[in-house]
Amino acid sequence: MDTYYNPADLKKFGGITEFQKELGDKFFEYYGEVFKEGALTAREKSLIALAVAHAVQCPYCIDAYTTDTLEKGATEAQMMEAVHVTAAIRGGSSLVHSVQMMNKAKKISM
Amino acid sequence: MKSLLSRGSPLDDSAAQLKAIGEFSELLRGLPRFREKLASHGMNPLHPARTEIFQVNAGKMCNQTCRHCHVDAGPDRREIMTRETFEACLKVIAATEIPTVDLTGGAPEMNPHFRWFVEEVTRLGRKTMVRCNLTIILANERFRDLPEFFARNRVHVVSSLPYFEKAHTDRQRGDQVFEKSIEALKLLNAQGYGREGSGLPLDLVYNPSGAFLPGAQASLETEFKKALQSRYGITFNALYTITNMPISRFLEYLQNSGNLDDYMERLVNAYNPAAAAGVMCRNTISVGWDGKLYDCDFNQMLDIPVASQGSKTVFDFDARALGSRSIAVDQHCYGCTAGAGSSCGGATV
Repeated sequence: MDTYYNPADLKKFGGITEFQKELGDKFFEYYGEVFKEGALTAREKSLIALAVAHAVQCPYCIDAYTTDTLEKGATEAQMMEAVHVTAAIRGGSSLVHSVQMMNKAKKISM
Repeated sequence: MKSLLSRGSPLDDSAAQLKAIGEFSELLRGLPRFREKLASHGMNPLHPARTEIFQVNAGKMCNQTCRHCHVDAGPDRREIMTRETFEACLKVIAATEIPTVDLTGGAPEMNPHFRWFVEEVTRLGRKTMVRCNLTIILANERFRDLPEFFARNRVHVVSSLPYFEKAHTDRQRGDQVFEKSIEALKLLNAQGYGREGSGLPLDLVYNPSGAFLPGAQASLETEFKKALQSRYGITFNALYTITNMPISRFLEYLQNSGNLDDYMERLVNAYNPAAAAGVMCRNTISVGWDGKLYDCDFNQMLDIPVASQGSKTVFDFDARALGSRSIAVDQHCYGCTAGAGSSCGGATV
């Protein structure tokens, strides 16, 4: 069945270099560097990636970073807390805009 | 849960297991054969290096029935090594300079000849390593003094603890295994095991609780040490990360959960030539409960014997013939060469 998102396409991610090799190679080199142990551990970075995957609603990224966080020893509770951080920021970003709504409403109301 | 054998599962048959991982689907049939992969890096056939470990499987009897067990061990298994076979092992150990004897199972402590054998190996001046599942120490009053026994014989204890939390551990190893493992670790610590300067090494084994690969060994060791120390006051020496081998009960799990294709593809894609060069079968000889010789414990469970002429059992052990053999490989070997590699001593790269 044709779908916009095919799980098998995740394995073809590396193939994006076919149409633009130089930029693709640079991206993957950068990507690899970003996820190395640094000031943050590889596990912390993986949990951030999992949270961001939910924010950008990328099914490929959710599959990839669910596996990756488990491999890096994260618990299901930690993974779900990461997604709650996404939800809190997404929800908060809507609600904080309500200040603008309130400002405007107060300005134009008697 | 019962063993594949007592459930009459088709996967009790080792040939069926090899067929399942090599030919079960179009994807699996299309994956490169392990020997071809070795050949592409100039390593086929694989030859042994100096034998460092004499691994003795004392039998399939165990007090646990773990979901991922590559031995299909359990309380319903009765195959255990006889005194005569242990004696033949001792003759080989005495006649060679292999420095380490690695005792595994099942739960090797359940074999009635276990303590005698450990004492004899100690008397021969070799290092004894016991793969203790921890819960055996609490399984029966007669095992309660195992920590003292281990300490008296300077046994190197290697124990499985898939995670420092209950849910992961119990899902893989059975109900209440986590609490019992923690209690057993405290008893081992009380004997000095895993304590700095005691000379009594206590290593833990992590393996993933599902169809994914282990993460970096050093990072997980740091996490384990921090969590076990802060929550339970437990210390240990090293953490070994081991990849689940796609055979026996873990293979059954992969099939039943629809993960077999993806898992095998993952192992193949993660093939690391450096890990292939350091595989444990190059420095290990594995002895089955019945005295037959194998390149490793996994080949033993798949009934793939050593390919040496005239030396097939511990009763006709010939170090020279074994040293010139080619190591027998098949698709399951990808489990030891993925990523940072995997062996009974953890990552190999």
